Amino acid sequence: MRLSELSRRTVAIVKSVDDATPNDPVARRLRDLGFVPGETVQIITFGPFGKDPLVAQVGFTRFALRRSEADRIAVEIASATISSIVPASQADTPDAAKRIA
Amino acid sequence: MSVAQHPSALRIALVGNPNCGKTALFNRLTGSRQKVANYAGVTVERKEGVFTSPAGRTVRILDLPGAYSLHSASLDEAITREVCMGQRPGEARPDLLVSVVDATNLRLHLRFVLELRRLGLPMVVVLNMSDAAARRGILIDREALSQALGVPVVQTVAVKRDGAAGLVRLFDESLPPAPPAQPLDSVSEFDTHAEVKRLLDIAVTMPTRTARFDDAMDRVVLHPVFGLVILAVLLFFMFQAVFSWAAPMMDGIEAGVHWFGEWLGAMLPDGMLKSLLVDGLIAGLGSVVVFLPQILILFLFILTLEESGYLPRAAFLLDRLMMGAGLSGRSFIPLLSSFACAIPGIMATRTIQDPRDRLTTILVAPLMTCSARLPVYALLIGAFIPERTVGGMFNLQGLVLFALYVAGIVSALVVAYVLKWFRRDRTDHPLLMELPSYRVPNPRDIAIGLWERARIFLSRVGKVILTLTVLLWFLASFPSPPAGATLPPIDYSFAGMIGQALEHVFAPIGFNWQICVALVPGLAAREVAVGALATVYALSGSYDTVAVQLAPMIAAQWSLATALSLLAWYVFAPQCISTLAVIRRETNSWKVMAASAAYLTGLAYLASFITYRVALMFS
Repeated sequence: MRLSELSRRTVAIVKSVDDATPNDPVARRLRDLGFVPGETVQIITFGPFGKDPLVAQVGFTRFALRRSEADRIAVEIASATISSIVPASQADTPDAAKRIA
Repeated sequence: MSVAQHPSALRIALVGNPNCGKTALFNRLTGSRQKVANYAGVTVERKEGVFTSPAGRTVRILDLPGAYSLHSASLDEAITREVCMGQRPGEARPDLLVSVVDATNLRLHLRFVLELRRLGLPMVVVLNMSDAAARRGILIDREALSQALGVPVVQTVAVKRDGAAGLVRLFDESLPPAPPAQPLDSVSEFDTHAEVKRLLDIAVTMPTRTARFDDAMDRVVLHPVFGLVILAVLLFFMFQAVFSWAAPMMDGIEAGVHWFGEWLGAMLPDGMLKSLLVDGLIAGLGSVVVFLPQILILFLFILTLEESGYLPRAAFLLDRLMMGAGLSGRSFIPLLSSFACAIPGIMATRTIQDPRDRLTTILVAPLMTCSARLPVYALLIGAFIPERTVGGMFNLQGLVLFALYVAGIVSALVVAYVLKWFRRDRTDHPLLMELPSYRVPNPRDIAIGLWERARIFLSRVGKVILTLTVLLWFLASFPSPPAGATLPPIDYSFAGMIGQALEHVFAPIGFNWQICVALVPGLAAREVAVGALATVYALSGSYDTVAVQLAPMIAAQWSLATALSLLAWYVFAPQCISTLAVIRRETNSWKVMAASAAYLTGLAYLASFITYRVALMFS
């Protein structure tokens, strides 16, 4: 599942950030900003026109991303419960760590 | 005091993510003893300040552009990287890196600290905004963090008077040992984040993940409906303020300059010197200073919105609208401001980080209908468009004025779109914009920001405007008319000769020689054209009486097609040297200035030609 397909305020875990082109600077920047495997991420809201761009929160920080940028991020929904605040430790389950390895 | 005289000066560089409060810390340390310039060859701002430590040591502080990483994604980051690595020509490598982090956002900011540490330069980590962190219940064990990082860690509150005391004390001690240098790419992003997590586990206790206040604010501010309503109200208020608050100040400045000119004129004997001083120099100075109220009011809003964290959110709301034309949400406020005047609008493009978006915005900003076009529009519409009601409710004159505004906006969108297609680099430039925490803007930082803008405008742009105004005065005053001349003096001057020569060029678009002559001094500013026309038609008197006399005169002498053609000309033509001067200044390039003047003139000629020919067919 792609971050751009996630619904609002659903907590998910980043699985990977994929290069759209070889050495994709946008993907690299996303990883720099903290979109790395195992981090929790959620969509806070969508832009008023065509649901683009969107606001994603990773860690403590909120970023505005265009859909094309969010498409590079593969995510997995964390659990069935929907909440806006998740303790940091939940992202660090051994499960998530194993998947990355 | 020149720094070069103090070879023992400590050279430090402030480095950090955007939104870490680095500039506030810089302002706290240096006060107004700052030098703002550009890095050689690029438009990135270079800010340097000097201060003296309690022990009397001179410290030179360079405020590097904000960066998320040293893998340069933007021009700003490339500069930061080059300076940190000692690769920027003409820039000495700093003795000490002051790595500034937002204490409330360590997860993001510590990542960059780890990257900077690999440079192997002596380094201090500054936990800025530590008061905000404490208020949110974020507990940071400074000692533990310092141990784990292997570099000193100090806390600051840049907005408080003694907020940087801990950092200042460090400058008097010997430099901390440099951490071991490592290749920058030796650690993967994933491992870096794992290291950040380890540091956070060791040294930081977090209550909740986001501040509840930010979340509550964003629910309203970013809402698809309420968010847009708030934005519209804010923009309306800002636009009104730039237009109407500035007007009395501008009138005051104009009256003051006029009075000063009269006073000086009365003291001097008639002649060239008097004319040069009064009509050239003082009038030129007045035409520079008159922009200040609008610039200051606009930047008061922009700096406040930027500092509060609102500006990126406005850009988020508007991004989609602007993206279609190859612009980004950040372009909106500069373009809106250009409706008042393109000068502050173009200066406001500094808030656009992406250099390509910034250039496009600068190029299309002059197409927004600025307030200086209104006197010209009012004269021509009043003289040629009958005052009658169309469609039962619309005033025809109002409709024409509206159409002129729309023509400007539509052509700006088209030009931006065309530029997008002409560019070699067609890759998507990412939006990828952090929405920082909301903050109460600090009046001191706003005041310093305003002072900088005013200083840059007066010292750099002002010189160009003044020089060109004096040049135009020269063209309009020399040579003097021969004895027994019957026509107004301007017809015998260089400006008159140029205008009459231009008639051959402008005849196909319906301009008579009087219009052509008026266009030359009218280059100074658009509204000057009305006065220049009056001069050519040998009218004299105050501005208001002249405008009233001029309307029936041109209505009798010009065809409707000529008037419409001139209106079309003013939608596009770069009849404003101040705009060109500010483009030159903001892009640091004569080429860009020449290109924008050329394309605007070309468009103006084309639009006037079509308008004139179509109008001739129908009349």
